[in-house]
Amino acid sequence: MAQEKSIKRIAIHPVTRIEGHGKVTILMDEKKKVTQARMHIVEFRGFERFVQGRPYWEVPVMVQRLCGICPVSHHLCAAKATDWIVGGEKLTPTGEKMRRLMHYGQMFQSHSLHFFHLASPDLLFGFDADPAVRNIIGVARRHKDLAVQGVMMRKYGQEVIKATAGKKIHGTGAIPGGINKNLSIEERDHLLGDIDQMIRWAKAAVDLARKYTEDHLEELKEFGSFPSNHLAIVREDGALDLYDGGLRAVDAEGNKIFDHIPVQRYLEFIAEEVRDWSYMKFPFIKSLGPEKGWYRVGPLARINTCDFIDTPLAEKERQEFMALTGGKPNNITMAYHWARMIETLHSAEKIKELLHDPDLQGTDLVVKGEPRKEAMAVIEAPRGTLFHHYKVNDEGLVTMANLIVSTTQNNEPMNRAITKVAKDFIEGRDEISEGLLNRVEVAIRAYDPCLSCATHALGRMPLVVEVRNGSGEVLDRRIRG
Amino acid sequence: MTQEEKKILLIGYGNPARGDDGLGPALARAVAARNLPGVQVETGFQLAVEDVLEMAGRDEVIFADASVDGPEPFFFRPQEAEPGEETFTTHHFRPGSLVALAVELFDVRPRTWVLGIRGYDFEMFKEELSPKAERNLEEALSFLLPFLEGGRGPGKGGAFQTFTGEKR
Repeated sequence: MAQEKSIKRIAIHPVTRIEGHGKVTILMDEKKKVTQARMHIVEFRGFERFVQGRPYWEVPVMVQRLCGICPVSHHLCAAKATDWIVGGEKLTPTGEKMRRLMHYGQMFQSHSLHFFHLASPDLLFGFDADPAVRNIIGVARRHKDLAVQGVMMRKYGQEVIKATAGKKIHGTGAIPGGINKNLSIEERDHLLGDIDQMIRWAKAAVDLARKYTEDHLEELKEFGSFPSNHLAIVREDGALDLYDGGLRAVDAEGNKIFDHIPVQRYLEFIAEEVRDWSYMKFPFIKSLGPEKGWYRVGPLARINTCDFIDTPLAEKERQEFMALTGGKPNNITMAYHWARMIETLHSAEKIKELLHDPDLQGTDLVVKGEPRKEAMAVIEAPRGTLFHHYKVNDEGLVTMANLIVSTTQNNEPMNRAITKVAKDFIEGRDEISEGLLNRVEVAIRAYDPCLSCATHALGRMPLVVEVRNGSGEVLDRRIRG
Repeated sequence: MTQEEKKILLIGYGNPARGDDGLGPALARAVAARNLPGVQVETGFQLAVEDVLEMAGRDEVIFADASVDGPEPFFFRPQEAEPGEETFTTHHFRPGSLVALAVELFDVRPRTWVLGIRGYDFEMFKEELSPKAERNLEEALSFLLPFLEGGRGPGKGGAFQTFTGEKR
């Protein structure tokens, strides 16, 4: 008990149980040594019950309720699963290209939002900057051009989504076996009008992220960084493919652990560990076991995992990215931002390529074949690999749903990043400054975790930072928006 | 009437699949169904940065959301710009930040209000409002509609004053 009382507890946690946001606890002993650092995320609950008994054709629309930031990823992943249910997994060219256009629009808007409005304050002002400045309004005041670009890029991505999914939120575009609309000439021309500007801005954002990484390389090499495995889907020829492909995992040196595994076999290669202190599971590569088999997903993992990118500007940036680490995987946590911007540029290039493709005006929208009762699907969501798995009965009603979201897969890496930052920056300190606490958040933000917080009612404080001693006494308290 | 001529913007936001968090969208639906001239209605899971573009050209903007612990049945108050807020996640954007961003980026300065309707049950994946939240929604609508009908916002002619449930 004496030892427990001497432990200092630093907690970054939500106020109420409905927050759905993250909670970080850092325990320090009497010698101010970090003994434990953990991130708790209240994973979405009850979805399986919510979806059970509902007809499979409703699922692509229903799953959008899971996340207010990336509903399109869930919409498309569920649609891909229902393609298998109706035996229509080989989509028509119009069906597949419309979905891809929707997906690149989603990737473009989500990455832009994260970079310009969440990450850029840390990158532009530094981790120790006054929190009154280190926020989106600070960026708007001092780097107005960047903040405007962020808004306009996000808006453009949303317009792509609206044109393909029918509306910005709760779209209905993707249906089992295809798509319910094509792209009109008017919609195409409207989107073409701004695409070159979007590519220029995306390229400038890559330059900004690359320069930041290079300028701060010595600091970032260590900041919350560690060697890890990486997992993503890749195209048959090894190209980056955000919409479809086989599973590939590489180790920290770039050696392939498995490659081109169809999602239908994912359970042979990936398992999930349950730990008593977290609602969230800890996925791992089966052949390596839970200790060594954890892996990262998302932009960093995707750039590390693919052999090349099939758009010229993004491929040039990928080559520069990989050159930094001699062609081996880049394990710098903060390089997520650079990788994310390469994908933003790639998405803009793909949008332009697709807009010039006449298949988008095709009228053959849906295919069906021999129905099935079980389906798995995978897609690369902005935050990483997303799995949907469903079973249906004879009436087409869902009897089982299992989802593995990207944040779950990044659970262990985020915990390691927090531990590394806590040991490097907080251990041994008499005082925990704002800047030090922010470093913990910076490490988490690099992953852009989904905190399953699709509620945002007024009156809640999304994140509260509390410093407690071993007796539970609150020594300090901070609030995060 | 073109969208540009709709001088009042109502944004009702929240997740209808999480019980009373759907109060904002429910209010937006109810107002939109009346097709009031001069009133543009938008809905979403949450506020987003691009909403600043929707605010341009409006006289009044009303943010309608569920309230976890505000007064019953609802509160309605001016929303000032709140610069300097830190943001932990892209999954959350506050009305005050949006108002501040509209000013900083585009010099957009409509009169802005927040309507916070008290909710009680925010359990995940329940696509219905609790009975008490339903009643609060009706009261909020009864309060708001007279201002919106005829395209008259709550700030016009000094007709409006801050309302909280406690004053009723």
